[in-house]
Amino acid sequence: MALADGPVHDGPALSVRSLTKRFGDRVAYREVSFEVGRGEVFGFLGPNGAGKTTTVRTLGTLIAPSSGEATVAGLELTPENGVAIRRRIAIMPESPGLYLRLSVQDNLACFADLYEIPDPPDRIRRTLEAVGLADRSHDACGGLSKGLRQRVSLARALLGDPEVLFLDEPTSGLDPAATRDVHRLIEDLRRRGVTVFLTTHRLEEAEQLCDRVAILNTTLLTIGRPDELRDRLFRRTLTVRTATALADPDAVFGPVRGVTRWRPEGPATYVLEASDLSVAAPAATRALVAADADVLSLTESHHSLEDVYLQLVDMRDGESPA
Amino acid sequence: MRISRRRVGAVLRKELRDLRRSGNVVYAMVVLPLVFLIQPVIQVFAIPSSGSSALHHEHTLVYMLAVPALVPAALAAYSIVGERVQGTLEPLLSTPVQQKELVLGKALAVFVPSVAVAYAVFALFIAIVELFAAPGVASAIVQVPDVVAQVVFTPLLVVWSIWVGMAISARSSDLRTAGQVSILASLPTVAVTSLIAFNVIPADLRVALAFGIGLLVLDRLGWRAATAVFDRERLITSTK
Repeated sequence: MALADGPVHDGPALSVRSLTKRFGDRVAYREVSFEVGRGEVFGFLGPNGAGKTTTVRTLGTLIAPSSGEATVAGLELTPENGVAIRRRIAIMPESPGLYLRLSVQDNLACFADLYEIPDPPDRIRRTLEAVGLADRSHDACGGLSKGLRQRVSLARALLGDPEVLFLDEPTSGLDPAATRDVHRLIEDLRRRGVTVFLTTHRLEEAEQLCDRVAILNTTLLTIGRPDELRDRLFRRTLTVRTATALADPDAVFGPVRGVTRWRPEGPATYVLEASDLSVAAPAATRALVAADADVLSLTESHHSLEDVYLQLVDMRDGESPA
Repeated sequence: MRISRRRVGAVLRKELRDLRRSGNVVYAMVVLPLVFLIQPVIQVFAIPSSGSSALHHEHTLVYMLAVPALVPAALAAYSIVGERVQGTLEPLLSTPVQQKELVLGKALAVFVPSVAVAYAVFALFIAIVELFAAPGVASAIVQVPDVVAQVVFTPLLVVWSIWVGMAISARSSDLRTAGQVSILASLPTVAVTSLIAFNVIPADLRVALAFGIGLLVLDRLGWRAATAVFDRERLITSTK
């Protein structure tokens, strides 16, 4: 689908430079800078009160930043560009915010007119098909389940064919099946080249869906691909389990290329710290075979995005004055 | 930036559809004006034909101007706080709709039914008087200048009441409080129309002109104030 208005720009979908928002003495977020490429699914993580929703509202022109600059969908974030920016983006808030007494069709028709979409019936039909609600268009929104309301909310956000789609906790309160449906829809958006800015508490969701993530706790703590963040914060390790304890483990692991240190962890389990796992894993395997060891398993220790998140947020909390 | 009729229409249609399905709001909108019919109707039936000369000094029809002052207050009070409570305000403000378009759409959605109800109640009262009152009483009550005043002042009063109600609604976080404060804020207007109706303020052309010009000025100022309070940040965060 093409943009509703204006030319497609070449730059990043979002560019944020030293953005700060204060409400009186309270700082919502401070000196936040990042870029989001076009077509990227970007995760925005952080604890409650970290400033995630306020950042989304700022980029969505709902509130004005106190200082800093940003471009959204190729347009400078200024009050004069508010309408033009809102034409190019969509925000799906945490709560679906549907008119419950109106039908799905009436809800979408209202927003189609607000975006001045040409041929609204056709666009509504196609959007409802995209979210799997084509047969529910005449149902009152108040009669839909929470998962279905979330889908209607997503359909509403997609109506204007946004260049950047902000999803604020899109799976909050949904059951696993509904969550899976929303994930599939986000994957579908990625395939269509829509830039998705996803704020979420669900770290496994961010890990599964996002190309890159940023972790915010009033200030931006880190940004990068989930695996990059893991590598940055945690040493990569191999865990070797053998049937019986090695007679001289130092002789086995000491000379292995790529292994920087090793330590025993239990009677027949060894943890090898490696600078490069792609070198260390095959080399360790060869060394174990050469030592005639009965290897039960050789696995890469996995640190999840949750480990990264907790590490960063805990570090930050530790630094903060009580 | 130009005002988009399509976006104003979208807000208007949405509001009217929502209103049509809101039983309690429609009920309150219809019942309240009917309450205002009770006193004049009793008066009409209580006065014999011989007593009609006393009515020439009163303006019972002007008393009915309380209806356009009060009816929109409750509806307008719901317009923003209702969206806020439902959680629909943020999605609405995230669209390209401009403040003026939103205000206009919402105001029209209150204006149309309020004026319709006010005129309907007025017509009903005149019909009751013409059909059932003693002949002398009917001619004493239904005076042409009073009918003209009712027709002219009804939309002006509705507009003023809408701006007051919407401004209160934009500042409220609770539906009941917004409704009650809006009704209270409409009472000074009701007091003025009642004073004219009972001839405490003389109902002559000068008063009518002053009242009309005053309402026009207030309506113009109210439009500006209403669009100002519809600031997105203020509505979303209530901190600005």
